[in-house]
Amino acid sequence: MLNPDAKLSDKIFADDIPQAATRDGFGTGSVEAGKADARVVVLSADLKESTRAEQFEKEFPERFIEMGVAEQNMATVAAGMAEAGKIPFITSYAAFSPGRNYEQIRTTIALNAMPVKICGMHAGVSVGPDGATHQMLEDIGMMRMLPGMIVISPGDAEEARKAVIAAAKHDGPVYLRFGRAATPTFTTGETPFSIGKALVLWKSDAPKVAILSTGSMSYAALVAAKVLAEGGVESIVLHIPTIKPLDGQAVLEAAKRAGCVITVEEHQTAGGFGGAIAEFLSEYHPVPLRRLGVQDMFGQSGAPDELLQHYGLDALHIEEKARELIRYILQS
Amino acid sequence: MALSEAEIQTLEQHARDIRETIIRSLVNAGSGHTAGPLDMADIFTAFYFHILNHDPKKPDWEERDRLILSNGHIAPVLYATLAHAGYFLVEECLTLRKFGSRLQGHPERLRLPGLETTSGPLGEGLSQAAGQAYAFRMDEMMSGRTTSRHVYCLMSDGEQEEGNTWEAAMFAGKNKLHNLIAVMDRNNIQIDGNTEDVMPLEPLADKYRAFNWHVIEVNGNDIPAFIAAVEEAKAIAEKPTIIIAHTIAGKGVPEIEGDYRWHGKPPTKEEGERFLREIQNVENRM
Repeated sequence: MLNPDAKLSDKIFADDIPQAATRDGFGTGSVEAGKADARVVVLSADLKESTRAEQFEKEFPERFIEMGVAEQNMATVAAGMAEAGKIPFITSYAAFSPGRNYEQIRTTIALNAMPVKICGMHAGVSVGPDGATHQMLEDIGMMRMLPGMIVISPGDAEEARKAVIAAAKHDGPVYLRFGRAATPTFTTGETPFSIGKALVLWKSDAPKVAILSTGSMSYAALVAAKVLAEGGVESIVLHIPTIKPLDGQAVLEAAKRAGCVITVEEHQTAGGFGGAIAEFLSEYHPVPLRRLGVQDMFGQSGAPDELLQHYGLDALHIEEKARELIRYILQS
Repeated sequence: MALSEAEIQTLEQHARDIRETIIRSLVNAGSGHTAGPLDMADIFTAFYFHILNHDPKKPDWEERDRLILSNGHIAPVLYATLAHAGYFLVEECLTLRKFGSRLQGHPERLRLPGLETTSGPLGEGLSQAAGQAYAFRMDEMMSGRTTSRHVYCLMSDGEQEEGNTWEAAMFAGKNKLHNLIAVMDRNNIQIDGNTEDVMPLEPLADKYRAFNWHVIEVNGNDIPAFIAAVEEAKAIAEKPTIIIAHTIAGKGVPEIEGDYRWHGKPPTKEEGERFLREIQNVENRM
């Protein structure tokens, strides 16, 4: 059943559940963060409309900095601005930032412990028609390896808004991952969010499987859990927006109670969210585990839903994978 | 304001002391870069003993000028200068590159007071300095309170080969960051050879002018001339300035001057003793 403490949307399974892209949450969240703290500045690499950075520009033109198509310079200028007392948010597509400017982020932001917030938009295959060059699938892995880097992949636009505000208050580097496509806004203003905390979306007294998901995949996981329940299969859905630091206690509890785990992410399964869960559970509580995500390949052009379905990242595939894992456990 | 003869002599003595400390720390470390630190000793002296508004007892003082070292591999001259200027004891320079030392092989901001950034990977300092200069200017505009803070960025000629450097040059030119003054160590060498053989850089002055910078060329081993160049740069109100400082790689040790093979290796103990004598002989000649 739905976890009432998560205070999810009233329209959670309705056809007309409101939809918005997580990047829209960046737009509103950055304006709120800017109102709360005059040190907040936003840097843009010639993509202010699609990153929604223009919302901040409209409100605070004097604190918006157009960098041109120069992501390496954007990261390093931001490091300098942070040293001089600012809280810079750097915005571009994740394929370019952190894709292009990884070493600049590593040396001048992470090793320097500068409070720069790296906002990678258009992450995942749901970018759609732009194709593989623009569908970033390795950013979680790149960023979570950096010492001191917080990594957040918000589940919907509302949570993205809260994550941006929380990131501004965190005194250190943060990576925030956003998507291009509109997805269901399943959380509400009352849904709790804090950096490092996972959120149970679907709960059960006798779960057969725990579905751990991040980003907008958590809505698909929730739909899969509902369908499974209707067929008599109990499950837990644990939404994990903060991939680093991982909410180990919540992961451990879900794994212990269900006895097996499925991870879901719009990212390569190697090194990303599923990788992080696999590392953690293999050390602290090894259980049968299956990782849903992109399997060591690049994306391609297509409609977002078509691509998610192709790469096995929809409710149907999650449900099938859950049944398969439960069968495996019964047989072994 | 012109320096007196006595002031010049004092500065030149500081530069010789710094060169000696560089040689001692490199011999003790057993690895590291020799040519660049030696040729930049005069410029570092000019900054830390004359130009910079700073306080070694308060390295985090808000109103200090910022000096970003972009080519972090010349760390031995930065450490030696900071020590001689009073940031820490000169003896600590002998811990260079050793386990547990605050004096890492390449400078790490969080480990040692007085460092403005972490550097080593090339082509990143100019952007960070531009970011600081931009932030200070924002503060001025938002508060209506002016500040005299300048941001200086010291970089190598080899790192002009990095694309990031030119992204920064474009950004600083666009924003007319007059409070940013870059200094390029034009010693003509890099690890694999002479810069013009590895990757021709000239015409450097024209390139920066084309990016809307004010350009000054000066002998980087002439302390009063260099100080005068910085004074000129500070008076430029419309643009960022780059001072192309022509230096002689390995300056101060005649037997290695201009030899690119000394870019990235330290002297042996015997060589070190000889180099120290050569630095003294230069002193005697003067």
